[in-house]
Amino acid sequence: MVDSAEKVLAPVLSAFWDDPQSWTLDTYRRHEGYEGLRKALALPPDDVIALVKESGLRGRGGAGFPTGMKWQFIPQGDGKPHYLVVNADESEPGTCKDIPLLFANPHSLIEGMVIACHAIRSNHAFIYLRGEVVPVLRRLHHAVAEAYEAGLLGKNILGSGFDLELTVHAGAGAYICGEETALLDSLEGRRGQPRLRPPFPAVEGLYACPTVVNNVESIASVPSILLKGKDWFRSMGSEKSPGFTLYSLSGHVANPGQYEAPLGVTLRQLLNLSGGMRPGHRLKFWTPGGSSTPMFTDEHLDVPLDYEGVGAAGSMLGTKALQCFDETTCVVRAVTRWTEFYAHESCGKCTPCREGTYWLVQLLRDIEAGKGTLADLDKLADIADNINGKSFCALGDGAASPIFSSLQYFRDEYVEHLEGRGCPFDPAKSTVWADKSHLEVNA
Amino acid sequence: MTDVSLGIPAMPAPDYPADVRQRLDEDAAKIIARYPGSRSALLPLLHLVQAEESYVSRTGVRFCAEHLGLTTAEVTAVATFYSMYRRKPSGEYQVGVCTNTLCAVMGGDAIFDELKRHLGVENGETTDDGKVTLEHIECNAACDFAPVVMVNWEFFDNQDPESAKRLVDDLRAGRTVEPTRGAPLCSYKETSRILAGFPDERPGAVEATGGAGPASLAGLRLARGESLPGNGAGVPRQTSAPPQDETPPAHPSSHDAPLDSAVSDPEHPAGPVTQERPTEGEEDR
Repeated sequence: MVDSAEKVLAPVLSAFWDDPQSWTLDTYRRHEGYEGLRKALALPPDDVIALVKESGLRGRGGAGFPTGMKWQFIPQGDGKPHYLVVNADESEPGTCKDIPLLFANPHSLIEGMVIACHAIRSNHAFIYLRGEVVPVLRRLHHAVAEAYEAGLLGKNILGSGFDLELTVHAGAGAYICGEETALLDSLEGRRGQPRLRPPFPAVEGLYACPTVVNNVESIASVPSILLKGKDWFRSMGSEKSPGFTLYSLSGHVANPGQYEAPLGVTLRQLLNLSGGMRPGHRLKFWTPGGSSTPMFTDEHLDVPLDYEGVGAAGSMLGTKALQCFDETTCVVRAVTRWTEFYAHESCGKCTPCREGTYWLVQLLRDIEAGKGTLADLDKLADIADNINGKSFCALGDGAASPIFSSLQYFRDEYVEHLEGRGCPFDPAKSTVWADKSHLEVNA
Repeated sequence: MTDVSLGIPAMPAPDYPADVRQRLDEDAAKIIARYPGSRSALLPLLHLVQAEESYVSRTGVRFCAEHLGLTTAEVTAVATFYSMYRRKPSGEYQVGVCTNTLCAVMGGDAIFDELKRHLGVENGETTDDGKVTLEHIECNAACDFAPVVMVNWEFFDNQDPESAKRLVDDLRAGRTVEPTRGAPLCSYKETSRILAGFPDERPGAVEATGGAGPASLAGLRLARGESLPGNGAGVPRQTSAPPQDETPPAHPSSHDAPLDSAVSDPEHPAGPVTQERPTEGEEDR
């Protein structure tokens, strides 16, 4: 029994992305844009924080920390400037939700930022956008200019007496800057390396002042909560994981793309709706939330994709980046490539991550080429164990995840590489054009 | 930077010509004014100097240092941390093929190999005409459009080896090339200026290629009761306008021409460049 799309999906953020000029202020206003802000500005800041807290909105950038609680941590009456920094450094392999969101509708983020800054009493906010997405930067520049022009940013917003400056800041290529304290160092014009915590950013963040760092999707979800209320928000998802979110389906599926649904939907539901895996193939392994979340197999198709459900099954919801690989894919190749990424992106600050990721790559390349020994598999697990939980920040833990999980589910495939003295897979069969050219030959 | 070096080590970098310096000073003042703390302007300033020379030269480092009250060593430490800052003059178009796991598996590896062969360059190298610098890049947040190629950080979605070869051929022939998502291509230097925070003023640049890409709308279409094609992946979209003028430009501008030597400025006092540019796949910062 396949549930209908209308029942399973819930487009909120993506509700009018197909409008011909979806990124403009005019379009946004035709869809109740900035109405949530009007409501927020009529409320005392603490009431806005309480509302977001009671809605149960949790961070959509990976960690799932309650957004309202983050705002509540900002000390009030401390005489220091407060800052909101939006983390738009979307770089986790497989993750592709914030970039299309900002390309299609940047105003949902800007409205959410004004609401958040009113709540935490901030008069200067920043969007830290990864630099490698110029089309999105263009639309952000445009949307911010539109918002200033319309009195939605700047002095005395909508006559409320509230002032807010918003600066769009383009990064320069460094995955580690998605880690919130590294992002702050980078925004201060330094090498993007994580900071020791405590002090947490809520106490000493940007310029050592109280700072909230939130993900794009988290903040963009706030206007709808103001507009439609916390009960509406809680009517979707589960008690502990309420609301809607963007699931990004990619890989060997018939229809990759963004699927917005209440939290707790399963991959089986999403695949059933969207046409499943590409014709003639079956799911082999997938990530629930990017490469840093331990991989799943076809045994996990019915895991509810919310914070608790994925956690209970041994992984993390992460960024809801559902990268699906079929039986043509070599898991050792996939893990080797992810590990090369972590080694490349390790900032070098702490030894376990800097040295560990380097040695993981050396071992994995040998294993993939069939040049290793069985003892190398234990060494692989041992090095990953020396990175996991022992690194300065979560990048190290993320690097260990694909190693542990692939050894757990696909140890036989590693052994096959070693005993067969090479990779048993043909990479040509994994490409998107593999089956098409096959069909053409047959035709 | 056109002065002939006499081989004297560790002399201060030459300044920009006076007119360039004055223009950049005005830009720098605007950038610095955006931030409560001036040092926050360093990343955009580095994009700005890259917009002038296509890479971060010693002159550019000196310029940033002078504006922010930093040493050139402090600026160099930052410039060398981030992968978007180039340390040698490079091509007018940076062609980046995503070879992170998902794109690689879906065909990115094959595309990258084919482009290396087709262009006769290795990772990080520039074609002799100074047009194309080929690189493999990390995940660029477009996995539902895999395999992805970025040119000057505009999206070319759903590529295959043939479409990618046509793309680089068009770039080298000087034909107009339009991405699947993003604005008609401008030069790498012009792109860097946008990254420095100066909006793209070209008419139509913001609205080019319309709203969300097809994959971004998959869920919305289903929720509206529409059906999906079923083969969303692997359908390359037209990546370039039909050839209109087969005559390539007479010669690359001097700014974009490749240097004779493989690495930039061997006498750079900040460190041995050859050790900072390891071979493909062994990069480790």
